[in-house]
Amino acid sequence: MSPIITATNLIKQYPGVTAVDGIDLAIPKGICFGLLGPNGAGKTTTIEMLEGIQMQTSGTVLYKGEPLGTQYREEVGIQFQHTALQEFLTVRETLELFEHLYRRTLPIPELIELCSLADILERDTRKISGGQRQRLLLALALINDPELIFLDEPTTGLDPQARRNFWDLVKLVKSRNKTIVLTTHYMEEAYALCDEIAIMDKGRIVSQGTPAHLLSEHFGDVILQIPQTDAGDKLAGLELSAVEAGDMLEIRTNRLHHTLQQLMEHGVNLDRLRIRAWTLEDLFINVTGKKLIS
Amino acid sequence: MKKFLAVLHARNMEFLRDRSALAWNLAMPFMLVFGLAFTFSGSNKEIYKIGIVGGIEKLHSAAPALQATKYISFVPYDDLHTAIGKVEHHQMDMLIDVDGAPKYWINSSSPNGYLLERILLGTEGNRFERQTVEGAEIRYVDWFLPGILGMNMMFACLFGVGFVIVRYRKNGFLKRLKATPLGAFQFLFAQLVSRLLLIMVVTTVVYGGCNFFIKFNMQGSYWLLLLIATLGAMSMISIGLLIAARTASEELAGGILNLVTWPMMLLSGAWFSLEGAQVWVQKLSLIFPLTHMITAARTIMNEGATLSQVMPQIWVLSVMSIVFLAIGAYVFKWE
Repeated sequence: MSPIITATNLIKQYPGVTAVDGIDLAIPKGICFGLLGPNGAGKTTTIEMLEGIQMQTSGTVLYKGEPLGTQYREEVGIQFQHTALQEFLTVRETLELFEHLYRRTLPIPELIELCSLADILERDTRKISGGQRQRLLLALALINDPELIFLDEPTTGLDPQARRNFWDLVKLVKSRNKTIVLTTHYMEEAYALCDEIAIMDKGRIVSQGTPAHLLSEHFGDVILQIPQTDAGDKLAGLELSAVEAGDMLEIRTNRLHHTLQQLMEHGVNLDRLRIRAWTLEDLFINVTGKKLIS
Repeated sequence: MKKFLAVLHARNMEFLRDRSALAWNLAMPFMLVFGLAFTFSGSNKEIYKIGIVGGIEKLHSAAPALQATKYISFVPYDDLHTAIGKVEHHQMDMLIDVDGAPKYWINSSSPNGYLLERILLGTEGNRFERQTVEGAEIRYVDWFLPGILGMNMMFACLFGVGFVIVRYRKNGFLKRLKATPLGAFQFLFAQLVSRLLLIMVVTTVVYGGCNFFIKFNMQGSYWLLLLIATLGAMSMISIGLLIAARTASEELAGGILNLVTWPMMLLSGAWFSLEGAQVWVQKLSLIFPLTHMITAARTIMNEGATLSQVMPQIWVLSVMSIVFLAIGAYVFKWE
């Protein structure tokens, strides 16, 4: 599929700091693309250069093969990580304000239904909850019926329920054949929403691909978890890669059948054995050597 | 136009629903005008003012004893007609022309003029030819009103626009607007018009309310006064927009706004007349839009000036508005 937006050797430098250090991206149309990384990795700077909000020091950004022009603003939707709205306006008035800033817009009733805003329409935007506010901000990002939508850490600060509700909303938007570029530091969120991810660290992309592909590429094995009390000293003499993780023992193996047979032969109680799959967080630690949420 | 009207409406709603700010904008000028009117309207000036046509240096030879008298301020005038107008309106207690045969003018109904005439005759004898003029006194409050309203407009224009835009920039609202097709000029012009409408409504209400009790002198056209007030407000809002065009800190914006407002307040003639001040001070005062607005408003209200007579001020205020707004839009940064 042809990319809707591409970035070539994108660099952003501030005095004494290189925030983004030579990024290449080609995001296909109709997918949800996730930019992952810890705070300070350069995710927001990268996404803002793609949005045309910040100018890159060097490199190019092309939208549908063309440099970003004045028309770009009409065709993309943006939800910033930190933003504010005009004060003393209701949700409905805020939607109407932004509706008038675009030539082509979605009907407001459709947006209200899509983003579940009906119950708060007449409420002052300063007096709505965090989850309601994020839904309103997403509605504003969708108001011009954009083909390409940027969501910069849209669920940061939300409680788990509100976060999951927001994911459902993003999936609904994606089902309308929209392209979504999402930054997050929640791995669960990336796994739930993204078709393709790029992991950033220190301004660079350190790994990129579909979550399943990246996991299989980096981890050919599985982890067996056994309570330490069940293993006792029965593992002595076995050639296994085992590490303590709290009160559990974690054994990495790429020969599952053989390892299980060994454990049974040595009389290890397997009643409480668990097999854990590798996660994107494991992947992040593997490729960057650090915890994701710093 | 659709974008401009949407931003204009949103800003108006924001201001009108902010009740504390609205109440303060209405109450403040009322309190000032009433307070100062009652404080100053009955008091006499401590210093007598004599206008001099023909040069202060000639006065030294023409009336040395008068010049040496304490508590008299001598104000030079180039134009005899303007100076006579001042005596007619009791803005000047006496006028002396030392060009050629010495003459003096007093208003026949001015007590100060009478006293100065007695002093002149006592110090210089009968060498001066007596001329009298007629004309009602302009109360201090009539002279003061355009200044106080103009000053209130200045604060509302500069701080009202400057701080709002800096707040928008600081909290990220401008960045959100940057992500839309809205242009900088559309945004700034909407802010200008919104603030202008609000200031003109508030100023008209305050003028009307105070006029109900004090009955201000009004010799000229209310429409012309409205035009001058509108242009004056536009030019000062444009300065506010220019100051806020790039500033991201409220502290810095406050400092710059104070830097602009204090000289304007002191040198524009809002509180006291600059007649008799150093020439360079008078020239410096002309860089401020408030000076032109107050000058034109006073001549319209107190002397019945016509459109052609205030045309210089109209030009200056129009040019200032356009230039400041254009520069503001050019250098404007959303973030």
